[in-house]
Amino acid sequence: MLERLRAPWSDRRAELTLGAVSLLVGVAVVAMIAFVAVQAWPTLRHNGLSFFGSGGDLKEQFETMQNAGPHPPASAYHFRAWPLIWGTLIVTAPAVLLGIVVAVLSSIFIVELAPVRLRRVVIPVVRLLASVPSVIYGLVGILVVVPFVLEHVISDSDKVALQDTVLLNGTGVGVTIVILTIMITPIMIALICEALLAVPNSWREGAIALGCNPVRAMLAVTVRAARPAIVAAAVLATARALGEAIMVSMVGGATNFAPRISDGLTFFLEPFRSVAAAIVDYHEGIGAPALKSALYTLALLLLFSAFVLSVGGYLIKLPMRKYQVRG
Amino acid sequence: MSTYAPYRRGSRDPLRGARGRRSSPGEWRWSDRLALAAAWGTGLLLCVIAGAIVIYMAFRGVQYLRPAMLVEHTNPSISQAESGGFLDPIEGTALLTLIGLAFVFPLAVCTALWVVEYGRPNWLARIVESAIEIVAGTPDIVLAVFGLALFQLPFMSVFSLKAQGGGVFGRSFIAAGAMLSLIALPPLFAATRDGLLSVPSHMREAAYALGKTKIATIRSVLLPSVRSNIAAGVTLGVSRIIGDTAIIVVLVDSLRVESGSGGPVLSLFKGTGPTLTSYVYDNSPAGEGGAPQKAYAAAFVLMLLVLGLNLLVSRFGRSSADETGLTAAGAVV
Repeated sequence: MLERLRAPWSDRRAELTLGAVSLLVGVAVVAMIAFVAVQAWPTLRHNGLSFFGSGGDLKEQFETMQNAGPHPPASAYHFRAWPLIWGTLIVTAPAVLLGIVVAVLSSIFIVELAPVRLRRVVIPVVRLLASVPSVIYGLVGILVVVPFVLEHVISDSDKVALQDTVLLNGTGVGVTIVILTIMITPIMIALICEALLAVPNSWREGAIALGCNPVRAMLAVTVRAARPAIVAAAVLATARALGEAIMVSMVGGATNFAPRISDGLTFFLEPFRSVAAAIVDYHEGIGAPALKSALYTLALLLLFSAFVLSVGGYLIKLPMRKYQVRG
Repeated sequence: MSTYAPYRRGSRDPLRGARGRRSSPGEWRWSDRLALAAAWGTGLLLCVIAGAIVIYMAFRGVQYLRPAMLVEHTNPSISQAESGGFLDPIEGTALLTLIGLAFVFPLAVCTALWVVEYGRPNWLARIVESAIEIVAGTPDIVLAVFGLALFQLPFMSVFSLKAQGGGVFGRSFIAAGAMLSLIALPPLFAATRDGLLSVPSHMREAAYALGKTKIATIRSVLLPSVRSNIAAGVTLGVSRIIGDTAIIVVLVDSLRVESGSGGPVLSLFKGTGPTLTSYVYDNSPAGEGGAPQKAYAAAFVLMLLVLGLNLLVSRFGRSSADETGLTAAGAVV
């Protein structure tokens, strides 16, 4: 047997072996979707589409599920996830919008404006920001930014105004948006820089020959041609932001409160909880079947949105072939 | 190559060379001037933020890190003086890196080889590539709960601890390592694939002309020439593995390294334990333990590891064809 393995492999055998290993990846993905969906089924069956709705106190629902024991009655599966979904949306959307602006501007800076020496600094800096673990962002957030917000931004009148609904302790929407933006911008910069570099040089030269200044040429021609890449980068960053669990759980406040836009600027100081953070926060109670099913439903929701985003990203990349821009 | 790379050394950009005819920003439209200022502003802001994070972590690290912490086991104690160092988290990180690499290395390299060199039937290769893209887009917390469901299956019980009543916890180093390998898969696959794609076809043709089979070509021509790409991919994968928290917290975290049952090696793999990331998380105000000093010290060690891996990637990355070297950072498939 060992002799056979040691002898030179035939091409056919090699192809089949490598192919079989590759198929493992596909099997893993199918298994992942199947496992999560199967575990999520009880909650989905009991709640139907109103799972995505709002209603009732989320904290109570979590406690009911946790205390329902090994054979929970049907009523224990009652779960309305809207506060979590809302919490995810209100940090993801602003962070991605802010991130697009910052990423496009810094990509222009890196590709066009920065002197060579500075560029040699900025590129490693972007790479470093991309690889800092999320727990470090969370740690800096909760130990530096959150106390700062509590001391200097939140006034006593804010606290008093909301004392019956939620405790303002410095954690919340605003801090999370800022840190999330810092976390997702480097990925976008990487993609956008590559696309800007891939736009044919002659296009920009043409614009400059027509009298545009370098910045206008960049904005009007190069960035315009790279629009599909910008959208693709935004899609990727959205996926990353939606799934960020640890950092959001640390600086988001981890309350089941749904921040209210009607509160004006205080909105940005209100704590919340996102879908991904809820899974981290409640994973210890996963022994209770009702809670387990609810958490897997949240995971299925994340998986589904990641899937939708990656299909969307693929569709958006298609027009890039028309532009003959790689990426 | 007609790509636009004005900063490349030695290539003089004709537009930059013609200094005399260039308009100065003072004459530009106000919107262009605003864009110029904003671009400079954000670019410098990025540097300031990164610098602030690194300097702050270094400051706190030097303040709180004691060499003894690196070699002391972690103790369950409320008092700061007795709770020990973080040898256990370091062991956990090392063990998980080893397990994750053991899983991901053959998987990613074989998959990249098959997709690039064989890839028949074509639709199957596309499916495999899309599967990797789906893995890349999956949040780590979803992978964590998937791992929990997978390793709680009765026939997977050999890989984790069992409760008294026979229930399977599904938490162990093996379980976490397997899921972490999925996190490291996309960057390693992408690096290997891009390396293989950039090997000129005449190298393959020369090998075939000498009578080598395809697999022999892979072994003696292709793999040696993509070694630096694989090294860069492995480094990226490792930095993903040591930086992940969600999978650790759900699948393996405990106060200290606990062994399971079985032989000396298997029991360790079946056991649970902390890693640097989960140690930071647990000791921060978000976890149960309020020991920010320990969290800062461990985060500093983690930061040093990440910085070191970053330097390695840029060393390996220099040889690749990537123009900015940024795509390696995003690890975008």
